[in-house]
Amino acid sequence: MKANSKKSFNSNTLLLVITIVLFCVLYVGGCIAYGSKGFTHFQTFLNILITNAGLICVACGMTCVMLTGGIDISVGALIAMDCMMLAVGMEKGIGAVTMVLIVLLVGVVFGVVQGFLVGYLEIQPFIVSMAGMFFCRGMTAVICTDQVSITEKINATFYKWANTKVTIPFGGYVNNKGKYMAPYVRPGVIVAILVLIIIFIMLRYTKFGRSLYAVGGSAQSAAMMGLNVKKIKMGAYMLSSILCSVGGVCYCLNTMAGSVTQALGLEMDAISSAVIGGTLLTGGVGNVIGSFFGVLINGTISSIVKTNGKLASSWPNILTAALLFIFIVIQSIFAAVRARRK
Amino acid sequence: MSTWKKIKSWPLLLPVVALILVMAVNIIHDAATGVNPLSFFSISLRETTTNGTILYGRLIDVINRGSEIAILAIGMTLVVSASAGTDISVGSVMSLCASAMCVTLAGYGVSSTTTLAKPLVIGLLAAILMGIVCGAFNGTLVAHLSIQPMVATLILYSAARAIGLLLCNDLIVYVRNPSFAFIGSFLGPIPTPIVITAICIAIVSVVLKKTALGMYIQSVGINARASRIAGLNSKLLIFLAYTLCGVFASIAGIVASSRITSADSNNIGLYLEMDAILSVALGGNSLGGGKFNLAGSIIGAYTIQAITTTLYALGVSSIQAPVYKAVIVIIIVVIEAPPFKAFLKRHSAAFASKGV
Repeated sequence: MKANSKKSFNSNTLLLVITIVLFCVLYVGGCIAYGSKGFTHFQTFLNILITNAGLICVACGMTCVMLTGGIDISVGALIAMDCMMLAVGMEKGIGAVTMVLIVLLVGVVFGVVQGFLVGYLEIQPFIVSMAGMFFCRGMTAVICTDQVSITEKINATFYKWANTKVTIPFGGYVNNKGKYMAPYVRPGVIVAILVLIIIFIMLRYTKFGRSLYAVGGSAQSAAMMGLNVKKIKMGAYMLSSILCSVGGVCYCLNTMAGSVTQALGLEMDAISSAVIGGTLLTGGVGNVIGSFFGVLINGTISSIVKTNGKLASSWPNILTAALLFIFIVIQSIFAAVRARRK
Repeated sequence: MSTWKKIKSWPLLLPVVALILVMAVNIIHDAATGVNPLSFFSISLRETTTNGTILYGRLIDVINRGSEIAILAIGMTLVVSASAGTDISVGSVMSLCASAMCVTLAGYGVSSTTTLAKPLVIGLLAAILMGIVCGAFNGTLVAHLSIQPMVATLILYSAARAIGLLLCNDLIVYVRNPSFAFIGSFLGPIPTPIVITAICIAIVSVVLKKTALGMYIQSVGINARASRIAGLNSKLLIFLAYTLCGVFASIAGIVASSRITSADSNNIGLYLEMDAILSVALGGNSLGGGKFNLAGSIIGAYTIQAITTTLYALGVSSIQAPVYKAVIVIIIVVIEAPPFKAFLKRHSAAFASKGV
């Protein structure tokens, strides 16, 4: 038993440890290089959370799908569609709460369709979610082709949500005018952290959570154990789309606008976060804590690039892809080593 | 009955039926709007101030605009057949190759030029070299590191455009030179992209007919392990398929960039990976790998372009068009899905027994 736990430490926990160390190195490196530009403030870290609140929700959903061995690349486009729906809906005078509920409902419906196609009709997840991605991106343009901003005039409630500051009692600093700046987060962050905790508990302790691992480990064995593989796969895609809609609301709270080109390439960030966090592309291994750190790494990279100010805007994209590449290669080496041991 | 079966087993059934459907929609639309119903098919010669006498007509436009998709579809067919996965990076690779070419031709940091800094051939070689590098990168990941094709190509899908922007120094590089613009304009009365596509198709079909390469790729796609045991170098063949796909992506990139005489990193090849995959699926090829039918893919490609042109004619904007294409993809893959076929069979059997 002990040897077994040691073996699992070797491959899976090692990836998580690498991720956490990488995050620390990046962050400390950022602090040393840009300390004078305020990178060392606790608020910088919180800002990473604020900008990436939506991505955290999406990465949680993505992790669940990837645990079953699938993938969902429709998330970025779905977020764009969510934001556009929120913006246009509120412009038409529909209440904030109603709009959020509608967005969540659309997420459920979208997830059911994708899940049905993948789970019950056994179509490759990539094809299904790619079609989903183009559908949502096009649908965003069908709803409205212009950029729509949500201002206080359009919806006061939503505006109030977006501008609520939840202050944190510690870690503040005194700015150059001698005023104490208390660190704060936005409501989106709290939603994201709640999602993270719920999914963590779900994956660890509930029947559905454990079934996701079982299906990803080996769909055949899971079926023989009496699990309904089709239903579980469908559930995973539903969960991903719902969490994506929750993330979409968080994202919209941050950007306060809907536009066709919004969240372009966000699916890439979510996938790379999950992969960097130790979720295996083949399924069966991974957890949301790793994905959370994956998001933080992505956020730190863009934050460093932004603080530098001179680097081209395409660098975060390239660096994320490079990290994804490195981690995929590490994974495949681990897989080869494991196969040889057997 | 036997003729019906023969028609049913004809490999080009799906693409041809789709093409006829699209044409029918066009005819009905023209008839409904009061234009000559056959205007879709009419081809005429027209005098232009810039290009002399050229062929003109909607059919020519479809074949001309469909060139990039048809070129991409060739590479995509090989990739799908060999590895049972698709290369979703082709659109981005196109854009990267276009950027590499335009930067070579204009010089780094120049945003607009009419004189070429280097001979045209060097620019074209730069683009094709970039395509080979990208294809080889994908190929190595898929063949040698056994990573799922779509995840492996996802890396370049996101990075290639960004690298292209970096090469162009975040600018849109314009190369307004007649020798460069020629690739995207006219060769005599015929649009040059059509000629380039025809040459690509001819070379590939001759290679596939005269050598066993096509059969090798199919056998690797059907069973990589069995083909390895039979003495084929599966890894090399998969690698080759991806590299070729990269080369075709670069050719498509050259054509696309020459049409607008610039390297617009953000927009060249946007959503074209979808069109390429769609044409392979529409061509009657299984996305699960194995047997392929190049003619089907190419007819599929022109069908996609016909659909796009028809959608524009019906007043759908270019950013809204993906909705319809996504629906078409889903319909095709659902029809081809084994569980759906089994479901249909069960129901038709039940229906038949009820009828008796």
